[in-house]
Amino acid sequence: MLSQSILMGVIELKRKHDAAAVNSSLVRRPIRRWAPLFMGPMLCAFAIGFVYPFCKGVYLSFCKFKTTSDAQFIGFGNYIKALNDASFVHSFWYTALFALVSLVFINVLAFAVAYALTQGIKGSNLFRTVFFMPNLIGGIVLGYVWSMIFDGILSRYSTSILLETKYGFWGLIILMCWQQVGYMMIIYIAGLQAVPEDMLEAAKIDGANRWQTLWKVTIPNVMPSITICTFLTLTNSFKLFDQNLALTGGQPYIIQSDGSAIKTTEMLALNIYNTFYGQNVNSRGTAQAKAVLFFLLVAAIGLIQLRATRKKEVQQ
Amino acid sequence: MNGSLSAERRRKTILSVVLAFICILYILPVLAVVVNSFKLNTYVKTETFALPTAESFAGWANYIKGVTFGNYPFWKSAFYSLFITLVSTALILLCTSMAAWYIARVDSKLCRGVYYLCVFSMVVPFQMVMFTLSKTADRVKIPYFNFASGSLEKVALNTPWTIPIIYLGFGAGLAIFMFVGFVKSIPLEIEEAAAIDGCGPLRTYFSVVFPMLRPTMISVGILEIMWVWNDYLLPYLVLDSTKYKTIPIHIQYLKGSYGTVDLGATMALIFLSIVPVIIFYLCCQKYIIKGVAAGAVKG
Repeated sequence: MLSQSILMGVIELKRKHDAAAVNSSLVRRPIRRWAPLFMGPMLCAFAIGFVYPFCKGVYLSFCKFKTTSDAQFIGFGNYIKALNDASFVHSFWYTALFALVSLVFINVLAFAVAYALTQGIKGSNLFRTVFFMPNLIGGIVLGYVWSMIFDGILSRYSTSILLETKYGFWGLIILMCWQQVGYMMIIYIAGLQAVPEDMLEAAKIDGANRWQTLWKVTIPNVMPSITICTFLTLTNSFKLFDQNLALTGGQPYIIQSDGSAIKTTEMLALNIYNTFYGQNVNSRGTAQAKAVLFFLLVAAIGLIQLRATRKKEVQQ
Repeated sequence: MNGSLSAERRRKTILSVVLAFICILYILPVLAVVVNSFKLNTYVKTETFALPTAESFAGWANYIKGVTFGNYPFWKSAFYSLFITLVSTALILLCTSMAAWYIARVDSKLCRGVYYLCVFSMVVPFQMVMFTLSKTADRVKIPYFNFASGSLEKVALNTPWTIPIIYLGFGAGLAIFMFVGFVKSIPLEIEEAAAIDGCGPLRTYFSVVFPMLRPTMISVGILEIMWVWNDYLLPYLVLDSTKYKTIPIHIQYLKGSYGTVDLGATMALIFLSIVPVIIFYLCCQKYIIKGVAAGAVKG
């Protein structure tokens, strides 16, 4: 019995192999001759634009350097310095708090708008167009538009967004909501439109009210969209740079006893940038170590996302 | 029954009104930019939300000042932005779609390795490579034929003419990922038929595969256009910004480096930089929303 099934397996394999051989001779083998043309340009650019800078970046994080040519290997010193840097630790917690708060606000608002827009009301398309629009405007421009608006409001109370950490924090939350709610809304609308109509009808016949239908039928069915949006807002918040730079640029500062300044509204990406290109050229090694830690953090979030979406796919 | 129907209608009307109200709130920031771009500088901060009055109205002065402000004309930045965006997007679409077809069809171990490396590059934040990338761009030189002098010369990757290569390298990940996914869904029989009819790989690609890739081309193209046009840090670090600026760099310089900023002129420039984006959006709205959704679901 066993040997027979093994034999069947071998025959099956052979058949597959033959099929592969046919398409190999027709399509695969001739393409291979053209490999330099098809793969060449992309591989060269990829090597220059990603692979080499990435590897060199990892290597430099273990080195003391000012430019890329004077690197001296020093081991984990940069990482120890980075983790003991108060401004880096501050920016990490500030970013984490920001990511959490913006995650809740953006997703709740985006879901609410998407839910309202799928109720078949008049003007849905117009509303959708308007809500999505801020996504196309660049981060730097957005930051300056909103800094003008916030200063227009706050100047009446003779203060400014640059003077208080809490203004900078909530200002950035409002800005990010304005920009991202439209984007997440599009994903939620796609999810909501895929909820089976007969399920909603069955719930209605069974006497479920609107609220029960929403919680027991609609939301479980749009779980994949919720997962995607959750992780998108999370990574977007962690990688945020342009808006942070343009809106507050890290202000206000707290001067510490040793003379160094903590920029209270500075997020991780901006902190790394300032360490690289700030006054102190000797801190570039530390900056590269921070960048590696930052990469590991973002990659970890990405991996968790991949597992979460895979799991959902299996269930479906 | 009738009662519940009219209740339903009333609910929908209320929802419409609420959404319309939020819509107006949503447009207000853009309107504030337009209104303030016509105000004298001193009034922008004190009367941000008032319409221009006879004494605060500045006419076109802000626009004239904004466009000629500093020692770098705005039209130059706009030209570089447009050039870099269009060339980078075209280059990414052509090169990555060709590579993706090769990867999907040849499917050797090496191809899979390249594919996974591309997927990996999607999760790497720019700060990780920014320092080494800008140094690499200064050092790597590519030869080109100078028609004016008639000789072969070399140019580094830190000019607007060569920066599309950097964009191709750093932006390849998402494009390869989306194209490979799509090519795998195309039945191989079509290409086999082309091969039997005597098409070589080049002809098969350009007259059979390329037209079929159209929907993904549009999605990837839109994502790349939005990324490159709005990108600030990459061109700022790679380009020599005294010689070459893009629009985001120009606006950042205006606000960042001068002690007292002319807010009116800045708003005029910001408005000028938003207008093409909004026109682009209104023209290809359908594709933009579709493309963004496709990129999000896969990425």
